[in-house]
Amino acid sequence: MSTSVDLDKSAVEPTFVGISGGRRARNALATGLMTLAFLIALVPLVWVVWTVVSKGLAPVLTGHWWSESLNGLLARQQGGGAYHAIVGTLLQGLVCAVLATPIGIMVAIYLVEYGAGTRLARATTFMVDILTGVPSIVAALFVYAVWISIFGLPRSAFAVSLALVLLMVPVVVRSTEEMLRIVPDDLREAAYALGVPKWKTIVKVVIPTALSGMLTGIVLALARVMGETAPVLILVAYAPFINFDIFQGNMASLPLLMTVERSNPTDAGADRLWGAAITLILIITLFQLLAAFLSKVTAPKTK
Amino acid sequence: MAKRLDLKDVNIFYGRFHAVDNVTLSVAPRSVTAFIGPSGCGKSTVLRTLNRMHEVIPGARVEGEVLLDGENIYGSSVDPVGVRRTIGMVFQRPNPFPTMSIRDNVVAGLKLQGRKSRKELDEVAERALRGANLWNEVKDRLTKPGGGLSGGQQQRLCIARAIAVQPDVLLMDEPCSALDPISTLAIEDLIAELKTEYTIVIVTHNMQQAARVSDQTAFFNLRATGEPGRLVEIDDTPKMFSNPTQQATEDYISGRFG
Ligand SMILES: Nc1ncnc2c1ncn2[C@@H]1O[C@H](COP(=O)(O)OP(=O)(O)OP(=O)(O)O)[C@@H](O)[C@H]1O
Ligand SMILES: [Mg+2]
Repeated sequence: MSTSVDLDKSAVEPTFVGISGGRRARNALATGLMTLAFLIALVPLVWVVWTVVSKGLAPVLTGHWWSESLNGLLARQQGGGAYHAIVGTLLQGLVCAVLATPIGIMVAIYLVEYGAGTRLARATTFMVDILTGVPSIVAALFVYAVWISIFGLPRSAFAVSLALVLLMVPVVVRSTEEMLRIVPDDLREAAYALGVPKWKTIVKVVIPTALSGMLTGIVLALARVMGETAPVLILVAYAPFINFDIFQGNMASLPLLMTVERSNPTDAGADRLWGAAITLILIITLFQLLAAFLSKVTAPKTK
Repeated sequence: MAKRLDLKDVNIFYGRFHAVDNVTLSVAPRSVTAFIGPSGCGKSTVLRTLNRMHEVIPGARVEGEVLLDGENIYGSSVDPVGVRRTIGMVFQRPNPFPTMSIRDNVVAGLKLQGRKSRKELDEVAERALRGANLWNEVKDRLTKPGGGLSGGQQQRLCIARAIAVQPDVLLMDEPCSALDPISTLAIEDLIAELKTEYTIVIVTHNMQQAARVSDQTAFFNLRATGEPGRLVEIDDTPKMFSNPTQQATEDYISGRFG
């Protein structure tokens, strides 16, 4: 009796074998599902961008869009621009950033560097969490109740900024906190061991190390609140002219211009509405690019 | 100015956990003292109490006295920041400041203490880097980031940073554990040179290193896991390695334990 021997077969089984058919199929299925999900997510995004660009590109390409207000123009009259609203959005955003950034950073420093584990820190973290979830309309009504009803001050761009501060502070606290936490304790100890006091360690070692991420967080938080609509609807009235005074008078902003022009049924109204939309998206995109740039410039280097 | 250190009945705690029990020892000025012992016996803990770095950890506390030339560094009116200025420390893992250049890393201590002009700082940087045997390797790239150096160079940068503030005592926690034999030798040579000016305490797991660099050796051990670490004996290094009085020391040094 002779057994047949396969001469081409190697004597020992190979350690590594090819990928089995079942695994290949599962892999293909999973890849396909994820690609599909990606495409589904992409559809509304592309749709929005396309709608905004196709309807709003023409007005923003005119020179006067960026340099003129709508002062003196009738609702159906073409021409004029969104300069007054751009100024308003940037002013309100700037004032908000000037107030919210130091508060947010200091709260985060307290939470990470000083308060760790204390009851006050836990309470603060809890309140920051709640504030993060507060809808912008609630923040706006709160400022209305305190600033206008109780203190009796007029509606103004500053009141808008205050509402935006309420929305921006928790975001800044959260992102700054994360960034401070990832600074290794080794660096703090290295500074202490050199006889550097704690506050100086924070200012000169911890913050510079975390700066890149902190700046990104701040700029992104600002970009987010600049598009908020509820505060401008409640806390300031629309003005078709340019106003630089944040404490007095009416002031336009891009979201407010859009809500006002929505009730304008003419072609001029549609142009202004979609033009303002593009402008707002552009400004926020610019802020995001700025954030990326700042984070790159301030990141610790090794070369 | 090198100074002497005396520990009297030092007990060290992490919150409720009693980490080190009743250590009493003395370190002479201009000498090298090595701490040896198995992992977890409290060598780093003792070292960190010598410049009040221990209390940086929440809940950590120290009982007993640590005297620097007779003055208790745990005295009620003593500022821990001042203590750390006088007693410098080099850590196990090199930790240069990532946002600073090589030069700024070296003078960070002085700069952050807020003194001295640019020119003085440059001089200090050069002196400290020469002292740490790093000057020749980095003199052409002083403005480059400290994070771009090799591990061994980073460790010598950290030593330069520690000696730039001219402390009286230098504490080193396993300074060579992440380094190759050549960098290790460079640092051992450096320790031998620094000994002429500083009082040095070094933690090491390397017996040969302890034998090579130190004048006296302290052996720490645990009675059992969960028990506090304690000082078994401290003596002149040649005696410790040839003829220790305790059986436990002999067993540990010759590799027989457990
Ligand atoms: N931050 C801390 N909090 C609580 N307990 C700690 C802390 N650091 C160290 N310990 C404990 O203190 C004891 C001594 O630790 P220590 O780091 O001093 O040991 P070591 O002798 O330096 O060990 P190794 O040789 O591994 O570095 C150990 O039981 C350790 O678990
Ligand atoms: Mg240790």
